[in-house]
Amino acid sequence: MAILIDKNTTFIVQGITGREAVSLTRENLAYGSKIVGGVTPGRAGREVYGVPVYDCVRDITARTKVDGAVVCVPPKFTRDAVFEAIENGIKIIVIVTERIPRLEVAQMVELARLRGARIIGPNCLGIITPGEVKMGGVGGPAEDTRKAYTKGPVGIMSRSGGMTTEIANTLTAAGLGQSTAVSIGGDAIIGTAYAELMPLFEADPETKAIAIYSEPGGRMEAELAEWVAENDSRLPIVAFMAGRFMDEMPGMRFGHAGTIVEGKADTTADKIERMKRSGISVAERIEEIPELIQQRLAESR
Amino acid sequence: MRFYEYESKELFERHGLPLGKRGLAHTREEAREHAEQIGGPVVLKSQVLSGGRMKAGAVKFADTPDEAAQLFDEILPIVVNGQTAKSILVEEKSPIAQEYYVAITWDGRRKLPVLIFSDMGGIDIEEVAEKHPDHVSQTHISTILPFTPRLAKEAIGATGVTGSALNRLTPIVTTLVEIFLAYDLTLAEINPLVRLEDGRFLVLDGHIDLEAEARDKHSALVEELGIGADETRQARPPTPFETAGAKVDASDHRGVAGNVVEFDGDLGLVIGAGGGSLTLFDAVRKHGGRPANYCEIGGNPSVKKACELTKLVLSKPEVAKIAVMMNVVSNTRVDIVARGVIKGVVESGRDPAETITIFRIPGSWEEEGFKILERYGVEYCDRSVSMYEAAGRAVAKMQAES
Repeated sequence: MAILIDKNTTFIVQGITGREAVSLTRENLAYGSKIVGGVTPGRAGREVYGVPVYDCVRDITARTKVDGAVVCVPPKFTRDAVFEAIENGIKIIVIVTERIPRLEVAQMVELARLRGARIIGPNCLGIITPGEVKMGGVGGPAEDTRKAYTKGPVGIMSRSGGMTTEIANTLTAAGLGQSTAVSIGGDAIIGTAYAELMPLFEADPETKAIAIYSEPGGRMEAELAEWVAENDSRLPIVAFMAGRFMDEMPGMRFGHAGTIVEGKADTTADKIERMKRSGISVAERIEEIPELIQQRLAESR
Repeated sequence: MRFYEYESKELFERHGLPLGKRGLAHTREEAREHAEQIGGPVVLKSQVLSGGRMKAGAVKFADTPDEAAQLFDEILPIVVNGQTAKSILVEEKSPIAQEYYVAITWDGRRKLPVLIFSDMGGIDIEEVAEKHPDHVSQTHISTILPFTPRLAKEAIGATGVTGSALNRLTPIVTTLVEIFLAYDLTLAEINPLVRLEDGRFLVLDGHIDLEAEARDKHSALVEELGIGADETRQARPPTPFETAGAKVDASDHRGVAGNVVEFDGDLGLVIGAGGGSLTLFDAVRKHGGRPANYCEIGGNPSVKKACELTKLVLSKPEVAKIAVMMNVVSNTRVDIVARGVIKGVVESGRDPAETITIFRIPGSWEEEGFKILERYGVEYCDRSVSMYEAAGRAVAKMQAES
C-alpha cells in the first residue's frame, strides 16, 4: 500500500522529447516505473529509451490503460496538455512545468475537479513510492533515488522538490523509510495541498506518520491545521518551516512563486503558531524530524 | 508586479470604467498646468507602490493652480513606507455621496478568484468584514465558465444595495472582473468606487497587481504603460548587484543561478535550490552569520553560470568568504557546480581553499565533484552532514577570522 501510485501504475510523459523529459523518462524507467507512451505533437513514430512517441494522448489511451501523466511541456502549452490528459480520462497528472500563470493553473484545477482527476504541482518534482515507482524528477537518477529513499512508515509532503529528497534522506539515515513522498509544488495555487492529501495518507495502513516541508506565503498550513483539528487524525505530523527571515521582509519574493509575505497570515510565525496549536510538531532543524517522529510514534503506542 | 495608481487608472479607462479628469505631473509646472486644465479644486496624490499615503501626508487638496504647484513641491519628497515618488497625480476633486469597495483577488484555498464587494468603501475592508459582515459579500468566480453580469448583481445585492445604484454598479463590477481575468492579475481593486452627489459613479482610487509569471504574456500592455524591463516592482527597487544577478541568470537558458537579493553581511552565499536556499539562509542567521546575499542555483546550471554568479558574489568588497550549499540534489550535477564555483573563485584572483568555507552539495555526480574540490584543498561534506551543520561550519570560519 501507498498513496496515489504503486508498482502497477501506468503513465505517459507529455513533452517526452524535451531535454528534461528525456532524462526524467530514463530515470523513471530505471527506477521501475511503467511508462506506456510519450506525446510530442509531430514526433509520432519515434522512441525515447524504448518508449513509443505519439502525436496525441488519445493515441495511447485508445490502446492501453493509462493511469497517469507527467507533463513536461513549456508553460505556454501546459494548459492545453493538461486539458488533453484530463479529457482522455487520465486521473493523476503531475505537472513539472514552472512559471505557469495562476489563472491557467486554476483552469486546469477546475476542470480536473469536474472530471474527478487529480493534479499534483505545477512546479513540482512529482511522486515517489519508494521501492516501487516514481513519477517525475523526484530523487534524480535511479541510483541516487535509492540512496535517499527507502520503504517505510513516513509520508512526506513538501512545497519544495529538493527538500522532499533532503527530508527523505534524513529519515532514511535515521532508519525511517517512507510510504509515499509527494512534491506538491511551490506555486500560489497548486492542484493538491496538504489538507487534500491527508485523507489519503489517513486511509493508507502503511503510513504511520507525516513529515512536512513548509514555506511562507499562502494559507495551506492554516488549512492543514484546521483539517487536523477537525478530523481527529491518527497520524502524528512533524513540520519544518523554512524562510523565517522573510517575516521581516514583506513584499519581497524569495524562493518559489508562492512564497511572498503580504499579510500576517503569510508569515512563518503565524503558520508555526497555528500548526502547533492544532497538535502538529514543528522541527527547528531538518535533522530533528526523525527524532520528533519517533517520539510521537512512541507516545501514540 | 504592482502598478502605480495612474497606470491602473489608464487600464481602467481603456475598458470604459468612469474616471475623473486628471494628469500626471513630474514637475511643479506640470502640476499647475494640469490643475488649470481641470479647472476647480483638485487632489494631488503621490505615486508610490504602497498604501498609507494619506497618513504620510502625501495626498493633499488644492483650490487653485498656484496652490497645486506649491503642494507638488511639498508632496514629492515625502517618503511613504520607504518609497519616494517620481510623479504626482493631479485629479479633479469630486463631491462624494457614497463610497463602495470592489476587488477581485485569489482565494488560494478554493483555488478560484473571489469577488469582494462592500457598500462601505474608503476604509480598511478587513475591518468592515469584521464589524459589519452583512455589508461585505464574497463571490467565487469560475475560471472556465464565462463571467456574466448576474454574478456581479448578486454580489452587489448581497450587501443590501438596490435601485438605480445596483443597476449602475453592475456593469462597473462586471468590467473589473473582465479586466482581472483578461490580464492575469492577482489583484484588481477599486477603493473607493464612489457615487457623486449628482448620481454619477467614479473610480477614485485603484490598485492592480499583475502576476510576475504573466509579465511576458502581457508585454504589450506593460510596454504601453511605459514600464521598463528593469523595473521589478518589488517592495524596494533592485540594487545594481541584484540587476547584475538577473543578467547572470539570463545569460544562458541552462538551469537557474539567480534570484539574487543583496544583504549587508560579509558571508557570500552560493546556495540552492528554492526551498534549500530558504532553509540555508535561516541556518546561517541562526548560527549568528551575516549573509551578504541570497541566491538560488538549481535545475543544473552551466559551469559558466555558476562561475559568473560566484564572481558576482565575490565582487562585493566586504565579502571575505563564501559558502556553497544545497539540499541533496536531484537534477543538478554536483561536479558542474563545483567546477563553476572554483573557476569563479580563481578568476576573482582568490584561493579556493581560503575563500570557500564549505561546499555541501550532495547528490548526483558527487564523487566527481568532490575530487575537483580535493584538488583545490576545499573543505566539503557529503549528505551525512546536515544543512544546518554545514552552515554552522561556514559561520565558525568567518568568526575565527575576525
